[in-house]
Amino acid sequence: MGEAKAVSHQDGFARSPCPESETESEEVARPAESSARSVLFGAARNISFGILGFAILFASWYLMWASGLVNRDLVPRPDEIFFRLVHDFAASGLAWDVLASVQRVLTGMVIGMALAIPAGIALAWYPVLGRIFQPVINSFRAIPPIALSPLVIVYLGIGEVARASILVYAAFFTSLIVIYEAVSAIEEIYIRAARVVGATETEIFRKIVIPLLVPNLFVALRLTLGVCWGTLVAAELLAADRGLGAVIQNAGNYFVIPDIYVGLVCIGAIALAMDAIIRKAMAVVVNWQERVER
Amino acid sequence: MMREADSAPIEFRSVSKYYGSGPLRHVVFDDLSLTIGENEFVAIVGGSGCGKTTLLNMAAGFTRPNSGTVLVHGEEVEGAGRDRGVVFQQYAVFPWLSVRQNIEFPLNLKCCKLDRAAKDRIVEHYLATTGLKRFENALPKALSGGMKQRVAIARAYAANPQILLMDEPFAALDAQSRGIMQEVLQKITAEERKAAVFITHSVEEAIYLADRIVVMAQRPAIFSEVITVPFGKNRTADMRLANEFIDLRRHIEGQLKH
Repeated sequence: MGEAKAVSHQDGFARSPCPESETESEEVARPAESSARSVLFGAARNISFGILGFAILFASWYLMWASGLVNRDLVPRPDEIFFRLVHDFAASGLAWDVLASVQRVLTGMVIGMALAIPAGIALAWYPVLGRIFQPVINSFRAIPPIALSPLVIVYLGIGEVARASILVYAAFFTSLIVIYEAVSAIEEIYIRAARVVGATETEIFRKIVIPLLVPNLFVALRLTLGVCWGTLVAAELLAADRGLGAVIQNAGNYFVIPDIYVGLVCIGAIALAMDAIIRKAMAVVVNWQERVER
Repeated sequence: MMREADSAPIEFRSVSKYYGSGPLRHVVFDDLSLTIGENEFVAIVGGSGCGKTTLLNMAAGFTRPNSGTVLVHGEEVEGAGRDRGVVFQQYAVFPWLSVRQNIEFPLNLKCCKLDRAAKDRIVEHYLATTGLKRFENALPKALSGGMKQRVAIARAYAANPQILLMDEPFAALDAQSRGIMQEVLQKITAEERKAAVFITHSVEEAIYLADRIVVMAQRPAIFSEVITVPFGKNRTADMRLANEFIDLRRHIEGQLKH
């Protein structure tokens, strides 16, 4: 090994004694970014794979229906649901339900995360706080938000505030844990590297902790979004007259099975779209992250 | 009356470090003393786990000795400080900042704000010395390991420390980039003339770069030998092939085997 090294140095020296001029041959930086075309191709490929997944789902659904294994009176065909969806948008104001639900999810998410971010940072930054409150938080986190609805009705009634509070609860505990873990996991090496050049604690927080937290905020956002949509129906059980949860509830009460599916499809589709938007935004904002391609 | 050592850039005065207590106490090293002089480049070589990094971390202010003192220019080390630049083994380049912004980082802090022109002058200088000019706007993810360490070195120098502490900065590099980085560092230290402590596994690297080599033995960690390297400040890559170099290398490698 020693020999190999000696040879390489000799080699390097023969070409040029000046280190800078060697950068090109030895340590060329990888191209700053892959070409726009391959990015576009990658996106198109991912989308077509996604569509394939849905195609498989609907095809098997249709086959199940056609085979007669399921009761045809109780399980509608995919295309029936589609036409029902179009009908509901056009005739029964489904758009208002979608809007009401989206608004509730966003409100819950924004308030919940706005509370969780400073709380999570504080818990991780001051280990004593973390040790004191972590068990409390973990026990609260295990309580399904839907189990809170009776209490919420007693304390807050059945209005919009009551509904929002359940979503805020769900959003808060979901993102709190992500933020807490993210700040705890910040690599000491970056903090040291800043400290040795004279950064104050405030500067370390502002210039090191915050930038390193940003990718995890997106992770928290995605997880919270999922949990909020999952909790929405619970929140809309509190006598909501609008919203996708209400659509599902009412359809269930009146035994209009296609409408139940319409509500479910809307939740799935909107959650998928929101997640795609967040992922896109993350790829742009956190472009400095190394991504492992598999 | 002041002894000369009182104003030395770094002095380890009979420092000891151990972990745990009672029968479980693990002594890393006991009663070590070492003085690093003005403009002196000292390399510390030794096997894994002999306490080299702990020694450097004490000088950096990341950890304190259990007994003894570490003095920097006669003052006891209390914590990390801008007078001591550190280059780490792991790439501690900030991944969210471009090469230029990384080097500029120390110049944007409250303690040491500079005007635009002064800042640019310093950044341009170190971009040039480390051969990073063409990559100034690249993000670290696009750089190889050697390039990242150039950024780390440039950033450390940009803060204008009086002492440079380097903890196996090239350990993760392949032999070829390692050779190039040694030349980059050799050039920059010859220009800047700062006291430096350089930790390495590679005896060859130590001889090529250092004025003095401290050979650290393992368990109990002691300085088994302190060797003055008999070459001047201006060194070239091909001196590694000189008989004197090879003999010295063989001698130190022999020491490390014991």
